[in-house]
Amino acid sequence: MHLSHDVGVWIAALLTLGIFSFLYKDNPAYKLCEHLFVGISAGYYVVLNYYSVVKPNLFDPLFHDFGSDRHYLLLIPLALGILLFSRFFPKGGWLSRWSIALILGVYPALRITGFGQGDFVEQVHGTMLPLWVPGQLGTTVGNWFLIVGLLCTLIFFFFSKEHKGALGGTARLGVFFLMVSFGASYGYTVMARISLLIGRVMFLLHDWLGVLHL
Amino acid sequence: MKREIPRLISMAAGIFVLIGFFVPHPAIRTTYDDLQQWVIIVVAFTYVLGMANIMRINLKQIGARSKDWPYKVALVAGVVITMAVGFSEGTKYLDDGTRFSWIYNTFYSAMSATMFSLLAFFIASAAFRAFRVRTVEALLLAVAAFILMLGRVPIGNAIHPVLPQAAEWLMNIPQNAAKRGILMGAALGVMATGFRIILGIERTYGSEGEGT
Amino acid sequence: MSPSLAALRYLDRRWIFLAIGLLVVVPLLTGFHIAPVKPSPPSRGFFNAIERLPAGATVLLAGDYDPGTIAENYPMQLAAARHLMARNVKIIAVELYPGGPPLTDRVLHIAGEEYHKREGYDYVNLGFKSGNEVVMSQMGSSIPRTFPADRSGTPVSRIPVMKGVENFGQIALLVSISAGFPGTKEWVQQIVSRYHVPMIAGVTAVSAPEYYPYLQAGQLQGLLGGMAGAAEYEVLVNHPALATHGMDAQSLAHVFIAFMILLGNLAALPQRSAEKR
Repeated sequence: MHLSHDVGVWIAALLTLGIFSFLYKDNPAYKLCEHLFVGISAGYYVVLNYYSVVKPNLFDPLFHDFGSDRHYLLLIPLALGILLFSRFFPKGGWLSRWSIALILGVYPALRITGFGQGDFVEQVHGTMLPLWVPGQLGTTVGNWFLIVGLLCTLIFFFFSKEHKGALGGTARLGVFFLMVSFGASYGYTVMARISLLIGRVMFLLHDWLGVLHL
Repeated sequence: MKREIPRLISMAAGIFVLIGFFVPHPAIRTTYDDLQQWVIIVVAFTYVLGMANIMRINLKQIGARSKDWPYKVALVAGVVITMAVGFSEGTKYLDDGTRFSWIYNTFYSAMSATMFSLLAFFIASAAFRAFRVRTVEALLLAVAAFILMLGRVPIGNAIHPVLPQAAEWLMNIPQNAAKRGILMGAALGVMATGFRIILGIERTYGSEGEGT
Repeated sequence: MSPSLAALRYLDRRWIFLAIGLLVVVPLLTGFHIAPVKPSPPSRGFFNAIERLPAGATVLLAGDYDPGTIAENYPMQLAAARHLMARNVKIIAVELYPGGPPLTDRVLHIAGEEYHKREGYDYVNLGFKSGNEVVMSQMGSSIPRTFPADRSGTPVSRIPVMKGVENFGQIALLVSISAGFPGTKEWVQQIVSRYHVPMIAGVTAVSAPEYYPYLQAGQLQGLLGGMAGAAEYEVLVNHPALATHGMDAQSLAHVFIAFMILLGNLAALPQRSAEKR
């Protein structure tokens, strides 16, 4: 056992245990950690954004190289950024909508093309599979399953007509495929959650207590 | 003016970005690039806005000595100290050995990782309390979950070599088919909503407090 | 049987918490070993995509995660950085998660020291940029304009590894290490679909199923799903590390949760038969 001599590791370990104490019941130690986390995160994000975005992408070109490469146009995002704070003033709050409007224009446009190409066209393209692959029965069956499963799922989602008769049967088959998919997602979610706990236990046993050798 | 100008900004920005995607002409591309650069900067300001909002709300609660106010003091102290240390370090603020990177490792990283790891306990408890198999659909879900949980880790191979293969087949074929259906459906939905926002038909966003 | 099973329904959940905690701690402490890790085809795809890269090529390593998913994403990013450096590939790293830059820094420094690579010459961390997919799209126009300086403020014009790199035309492979949004999905949508850059992804287990359609459609050439995917990749690069060490605890916890589902349903049986009556 090689207990850590690092004060930082000790504080991190105590904060870890403080948060884990919530598993027993809600308590002051957990609440303190929770509030500290929110405060430190907010401070961290501001410092990070200043040095990563505001300084290199706005202040440096604007204040050190104003004339070249149309840098004067950066006055626009500077103004829009400042306008965001008008939300704190009841009378001028509407001005912040100008800044939000820019964001609301650019993101949907990028998503229209991104989703259209990546999640629609390419997915249709990926489903154009051969329905008979000579000598490979497994692949043939798999391709059939994939295509039928996709069609049934789409029918379940898209047809607003009442799910009766043949349509109902197909939609129900679609539900079965969806259930298998949700089961798979559940299995993977379990994996994710356990992994995060393993990571934290490794920190306590290795970095803090020194009883685990990696 | 309160409604029309934001709508015009959204429409103009959206249409320019859409055209910029298809038309490589320098005149279009320059504006397209400028708009994106501006968004990157404005989004950075939203982080500052978020911090200011947190400070405003918590300082008000501390002033009013509302319930749990001592915790709010810790929160505000966290914001102030982190920012003071960060801004005093200069551009190398995150390099190894700085006080800011010490705050990151000791506080931010440790608490963030632990918060998420709590979910492992709750998913185990939920598996016992809420996962009920009462229908054929639920049975399919449970069987798929079992195959995946066991087949994707080494113990699956120790139980039977067919388990990892079954897990891989399940992921590649039936779950893939359903996920692709969801993906395509969501893509159509996002595209339709995107056009509605750009054309000013969708008024849920950016019109809060306006009434109907 | 019924009365004791029915009593189980009132089991204090803290016993379950204790059990899951012990099932993770004990295998780690005792070095208890269940079975070797066997790589799956998606992990092999990830490995092979890097193996195919010529020496001197440049890759974009996107470290879009933060300490919240460090246990899953960090081992895969470290293994990928080691693999890339072993193959003498140049790395340009970026992060779209605010909590990401120090983790990617750590990965690059560890791998850089092991393979004697120099910061700025063989690899660079351009750091964080806010704006999610807008950043990706803007990088498609100009990487130096989007990231005028690296993580610690050095202008990109003075960084040798950035020489000649203007946009994705100079990037041989996009390696996305992703915890969710913004991440693999957005890189596929904004970059792979548009510029046809080959891409591989290492993602959290919770998001992995969502990316199988991309894998099957060829938009991704390889995929690591969660800590298990990271362990498989560690085996492939012959460098067992954090993820491989965690696999026995992971296995036992999975078995326990499967058992909990069964037990929970058994405990509910008396209630269900009463409802039927």
